Amino acid sequence: MIPLSFPLTEEHIRALRVGDEIEFTGLLFTGRDAVHKYLARGGALPPGVDLRGGILYHCGPVVLKDPDGAWRVVAAGPTTSAREEPYQAEIIAKFGLRGVIGKGGMGERTLAACAAHGCVYLHAVGGAAQVLAECVNRVRAVHLLEQFGAPEAVWEFEVERFPAVVTMDAHGHSLHRDIEAASRAELAKRL
Amino acid sequence: MRVLQESLIELLRRTSAEMPEDVQRAIARALELERQGTIAESALKIIERNIELARRKSQPICQDTGSILFYADVPVGFDEIAFAAAARQAVRQATANGWLRHNSVDTLTGRNDGTNLGPGSPALHFHQHPSPGTDVRLILKGGGCENVGSQYSLPCERLEADRDLDGCRKVILDAVVQAQGRGCGPGVLGVCLGGDRATSYAFSKTQFLRLLDDRNPVPELDRLEQDILHTANALGIGPMGFGGRTTLLGVKIGAINRLPASFFVSVSYMCWAYRRQGVRLNPDGGIERWLY
Repeated sequence: MIPLSFPLTEEHIRALRVGDEIEFTGLLFTGRDAVHKYLARGGALPPGVDLRGGILYHCGPVVLKDPDGAWRVVAAGPTTSAREEPYQAEIIAKFGLRGVIGKGGMGERTLAACAAHGCVYLHAVGGAAQVLAECVNRVRAVHLLEQFGAPEAVWEFEVERFPAVVTMDAHGHSLHRDIEAASRAELAKRL
Repeated sequence: MRVLQESLIELLRRTSAEMPEDVQRAIARALELERQGTIAESALKIIERNIELARRKSQPICQDTGSILFYADVPVGFDEIAFAAAARQAVRQATANGWLRHNSVDTLTGRNDGTNLGPGSPALHFHQHPSPGTDVRLILKGGGCENVGSQYSLPCERLEADRDLDGCRKVILDAVVQAQGRGCGPGVLGVCLGGDRATSYAFSKTQFLRLLDDRNPVPELDRLEQDILHTANALGIGPMGFGGRTTLLGVKIGAINRLPASFFVSVSYMCWAYRRQGVRLNPDGGIERWLY
């Protein structure tokens, strides 16, 4: 288990390889479909948000507001990342992301952007909303809540030992590409 | 009305937070089979811990609390309008309690009003039956697995799939390989052979109401289910697509008649977070017993 913490440097990221299990501690920003389209089409980051050296988490959480006004994260697993493939490479380049957390993996453009800019794709366990919500110590802020609704807003989570697996590294390797090729070959033998 | 509403709120809570026993058994088996020290084993351990945590905290197993699909088997003379009103109120309350995410978006405006109510949500399927009891089953089906479902029209030239059971086998296995880990595997397939496009997909989802360890009473379909299950698990896609020994936890296939001109095979994929429960209601709307 490799511990990682915010902010991440290019050196941290280049040292990671496909198959490494990591635990991330520090600040995590959520962003999914609406945010990716918005940023890739020229939208500005909300004031005070800086993604440089940070990780964007493909997640639409369940968050409740306690009577004292504090946000409480009730469930927070990853959403399918493939939908952000049209936008992700540009967002990695433009905003200096060092990591993307999601599920299901991403495509060749994102893989190339990871190699070019020193970024990794980290796979969290899909559906594990409780285990991952337990890692969130505090909601620091929320942005674009009115505009996009709770699941699509940008949430700033302070997380501790958030578990994920490197499935696309900064050296052009993708576990998803390998497994897909191997499984297609296995299927061809069985048809 | 009040009693019925409370019963449906409890059905929504339990479906969102508590994994049915048949699915838990299948996941435990998958964990036993997986090679130690692999990332597939790690993923299954996190899944087991997640199931336990959700039950203990009475919170959603997965944050995508999914499409809300009610299946009600009702007696003759049942008031469907009153039931629908109670179901809507129950959904509103379960959402306010955090058992359902703000999960229903106006397709035209993009607005999410945070109630989970709107055209098509919740989805209610009524089926009249000749007995006095009322059974309400609920499936919460997340978007990640819904997005990897697919429908094939046979013959399919690309897959060399003819209009026969072998052709059905080819397209179903193609759906498994296309999905990889994106549907949050190890998953379960609900498949319909035949029908028109709409009834075929709808029927494929009713297969998820079956118990995971039941066997299909139709011998040809039973053989196909077992074949797809074993073949899929030999492909090495594994939990979350990390590689490994369990790609599917189950395969359920039904067949309905088709037109001479059409031969659809509809494949619905259910993630490991297989949220399905049901209740037998007593005449005043209270819960008589749980169905799973």
